Amino acid sequence: MTAVRPAVPRSPAAPAARRFLRNRMARAGAVFLACVGLLALAAPLVAGHDPNAVDLAAFREPPSAAHLLGTDSSGRDVFARLVHAGRVSLLVGLLSALAAVALGTLLGALAGMFGGPVDAVVMRAADVVLSFPSLVVVVVLAGVFGPSTAMLVLVFAAGNWPTACRVVRGLTLSLREREYVQAARAFGAGRPTVIGRHVLPAVLPQVAVVGTLLVAQLILLEAVLSFLGLGVQPPQASWGNMLTDAQNLTLIQTMPWLWLPPGLAIALTVLAVNFVGDGLRDAVDPKGARS
Amino acid sequence: MRPLLAVDDLAVEFPTDDGVVRAVDGVSLRVGRGEILGVVGESGSGKSVTAMSVLGLVRPPGRVTRGSVRFDGEELLTLPARRLRRIRGGRIAMIFQDPMTALNPVVPVGVQIAEAVRLHQPRLGRAAVRARVLELLASVGVADPARRYGRHPHEYSGGMLQRAMIAMAVANRPDLLIADEPTTALDVTVQAQVLGLLDTARRETGAAAVLITHDLGVVAELADRVAVMYAGRVVEHGDVHQVFTTPRHPYTRGLLAGRPAPATAPGDLTPIQGSPPDLLAPPPGCAFEPRCALGAGRTVCRTSRPERVAAAGGHVSACHLREEPV
Repeated sequence: MTAVRPAVPRSPAAPAARRFLRNRMARAGAVFLACVGLLALAAPLVAGHDPNAVDLAAFREPPSAAHLLGTDSSGRDVFARLVHAGRVSLLVGLLSALAAVALGTLLGALAGMFGGPVDAVVMRAADVVLSFPSLVVVVVLAGVFGPSTAMLVLVFAAGNWPTACRVVRGLTLSLREREYVQAARAFGAGRPTVIGRHVLPAVLPQVAVVGTLLVAQLILLEAVLSFLGLGVQPPQASWGNMLTDAQNLTLIQTMPWLWLPPGLAIALTVLAVNFVGDGLRDAVDPKGARS
Repeated sequence: MRPLLAVDDLAVEFPTDDGVVRAVDGVSLRVGRGEILGVVGESGSGKSVTAMSVLGLVRPPGRVTRGSVRFDGEELLTLPARRLRRIRGGRIAMIFQDPMTALNPVVPVGVQIAEAVRLHQPRLGRAAVRARVLELLASVGVADPARRYGRHPHEYSGGMLQRAMIAMAVANRPDLLIADEPTTALDVTVQAQVLGLLDTARRETGAAAVLITHDLGVVAELADRVAVMYAGRVVEHGDVHQVFTTPRHPYTRGLLAGRPAPATAPGDLTPIQGSPPDLLAPPPGCAFEPRCALGAGRTVCRTSRPERVAAAGGHVSACHLREEPV
């Protein structure tokens, strides 16, 4: 008799990936993000112009063969600025979400695993952070230290770890009661070892979902702050500060090439990230998925 | 000679919304080197909680309120966490009831055994750990260990998985194995095999064992001594042969009388009447009194707790009426 391998998956990742790919919106979002990411990565190659080269002889020119999306108020090529701005906006969003989620996951796992005073301190700290409007914090810090991209990332991370922390803590509390965690401890594993071997791998899917949705929020927040002049500083382009140019009605009515490209870039990127996040959530949690 | 494991007057409490549950109330046990102690008793009698408190793993909010657990002369209840971790899985290893839940379902079985090895032999190289795991798997009768190493728990059968669990338990050559109902979750057909394997593995490493079970047949076959637990206490403790032939506690007598004999017809079983006491409000006297064939209603049994009294050959029992005939 030949041994028949049962058709069971080796790990839960494969069916999750399949569920994700069946979701049309998530697939479209992922493809769009891949394109935006590629454009941003290849910015110096595709831009065609120096994003910061000022040409006062050719300012606010409408789109033409020489300037695909026209030029801005300082005569800089809008397309070149758009793709270079993508680098900054995506980088700030990704880096700060990554940092926030890493911090939140670590603290959440510690709080859940150790409980007692550790749990109390971490969760109260989370409450404090959540009760601060992060916009105000950035405004204050920008005033004190002067606005910079690095500061943005730090403040975003410091202000957004509680979401991941709460999710991970909840999952850890339930994982802690599993018999295999008890067994691992009976075999001499300390709590940090249990976190590394059993908790982190198990919470990773949920953390990925939280992180993805956070990327969208933070891209948006970066755009808002840069628009207000408190985020990424000119001449470095970001989608937010490109919109600053379009702060008057005449420009908005007559020169859409100044504000439409960065506006659309922000809206579509955030939308795409959210679709991917939703898709991930449904893929990770088949029980909660809509039919 | 100093016993390998000496549990004295151990008490474990679990606070609940309805009051404090004394799951273990004054348990004392001895296990000598290379010896098998069978611990029997019905569900909720405190067998597993006793086992977990030996390893310092009573789940919060439960806590040990009294007593001592000495292993090889060392008090475990007050041992610093770091040294306790070295004993867990190193010198004392535990075999859990259901291998399906005691192993992480998304981590390959071989990797989990390797982890148990690496925790106690951190200097061992990757290849050496893997070789050791394959050797362990082969020694417990897992066919084709190289192929099974990377398989997940759901790709094993229950019996095969419990073999892997035993391999994991003996990986660091422990002095003491604690097996908490190691065959309860298995098919009847493989129970005997797994028990045989457990005994072989134990013999090869010279380990002592605490075998928690509610199968008296298993105890009679494997154990040297037996402790009978009821409502968080040890009611009788002694040499297996002695306890089984001349039981001194009415509860033990009831358990032995309740066993089906080969010729027993359905309906001819003799159960112990009633059910175990509510541990939130245990009877003030002997916990077994309401169900006892001898002592039910007697004033002494209702009002005072029987002390443990040792008879010849270390045969201990806790009953006011132990001298009365069966």
